Amino acid sequence: MFTRNARMGAACLFLALVPLGAFAQTKAVRYGFGAPATPGELSKFFSIPPDGRGLPPGSGTAAKGAQVYAQSCTACHGDQLQGNPQKGIGGDRLIGGRGTLATKTPIKTVESYWPFATTLFDYIKRAMPFSAPGSLSDDDVYSVVAYILSQAKIIQPTDTMNATTLARVAMPNRDGFEPDPRPEVQLYR
Amino acid sequence: MTPLDKMVGNLTASGLHFERHHGGIPTIDPSTHMLFVHGKVDAPRKFSMVDLKRFPSVTRKHFIECSGNGLTEWNKPTLKTVQGTHGLLSTSEWTGVPFATIAREVGLHEDGAWVLAEGSDAAVMTRSIPLQKMLKDAILAYGQNGEAIRPEQGYPLRLILPGYEGNMHIKWLRRLEVGDQPFMTREETSKYTDLLANGKARQFTFEMEAKSVITFPSGEMKLPGAGFYSITGLAWSGRGRVQSVDVSTDAGKTWYPAHLESVPEPICTIRFSFPWAWDGTPAVLQSRCTDETGYIQPTLAQLIAIRGSNGPFGSIYHLNAIQSWGVDADGGVTNVHA
Repeated sequence: MFTRNARMGAACLFLALVPLGAFAQTKAVRYGFGAPATPGELSKFFSIPPDGRGLPPGSGTAAKGAQVYAQSCTACHGDQLQGNPQKGIGGDRLIGGRGTLATKTPIKTVESYWPFATTLFDYIKRAMPFSAPGSLSDDDVYSVVAYILSQAKIIQPTDTMNATTLARVAMPNRDGFEPDPRPEVQLYR
Repeated sequence: MTPLDKMVGNLTASGLHFERHHGGIPTIDPSTHMLFVHGKVDAPRKFSMVDLKRFPSVTRKHFIECSGNGLTEWNKPTLKTVQGTHGLLSTSEWTGVPFATIAREVGLHEDGAWVLAEGSDAAVMTRSIPLQKMLKDAILAYGQNGEAIRPEQGYPLRLILPGYEGNMHIKWLRRLEVGDQPFMTREETSKYTDLLANGKARQFTFEMEAKSVITFPSGEMKLPGAGFYSITGLAWSGRGRVQSVDVSTDAGKTWYPAHLESVPEPICTIRFSFPWAWDGTPAVLQSRCTDETGYIQPTLAQLIAIRGSNGPFGSIYHLNAIQSWGVDADGGVTNVHA
């Protein structure tokens, strides 16, 4: 049963809450949970946008990259970078396919489809080789990127890839993408 | 894949939620797991799971659908059951902290426009998300259907982006970096893009558009004979609530409104049903969803006319066409294009 005292108590509690609520609306609330993230902690992370911000020091060439590729990539991507369609162990085809995107049998590779060379560096450093992601040194990543781009005839075999040159690589399908137009206007006629 | 043919109601049991992984399922100790939030913010911070659970939480029901749901079905009916054709769809009640709360905690810079979300799996999966979306309704979720998120669904922390394609709901979330441009990760350039017939590819096709499917009767089932059947299925839209669902038993020549079995919630599946007196002659069953924006679920022919049909490396994602189930005279139900 609701006694008079209980009602009074409830009313007092309500009154007490009102000013707190008003306070919360006039002043930005920061709970203060968590802790500052230090530069040291954040230094282990990376995510390389097309302008190359965050690319690490180091460099690589196709000649060195051919060795890295033979050691770490061939098993899934093939000795000619031709890929392996076998489910489970297969890797994507990496080169070829230019001029096929508008056909009935498009071939999507780094050479024919990928718009940015920085993505290649980011992804290899992040997730390759499949059996030991993140195990390649930055020089090895630059090198294998140089090897793939060289085999794709996007850069010269003698070009060096580093934090400056990689972001300048002009990928063949750089302008091949358009923003999402959906909902598709054709559905409204 | 979620066995939609065997399910009732609206929610997916957590253990039956579909799974797709880009680098396996990591084993994560929740007592050491950290979420780092940095980039274009005033004060980069890290949050433990204990920290995240201290913030006021929200609990919302949303579906997650893989943009590859049904990708085998563009050119001819391929998979036999609704689990195969539509099973990359599941609905859960998610509990967690709105990103907006965390954004205020670290302080956003005015030039922030995109947020990179990164998982702790072997693929260290990354996607760029418009900051506007993150502030609108993104949830840093630790709860699913009243319990901790299961390991295969991202334990201990998963990003929920209501209505966006499934792969963007980054599992095992460990990092959010605010930037002024998309990061152009591998997944959002070479993978989850839609290559049209003209050789151009659509990029950042985030939203899952209005869609529905009849789950009973559906492929591989057998009706015992003519008579009454309650046709039932699910409808959903990544752009808001389901407004209405229509059902056809004659391959789309005539449509009738279906009954919605509950109150539509935003960006959530809803179960519909339709009373059908089958006369024992061959029939083609279809359902069609209209969402609250007025968008009507299209036919396969309409989508192919817009996006082309260039095989497994063409535009295969975001197939939200009307599904057809053929019922033959002896009651057998098969996946058909009609």
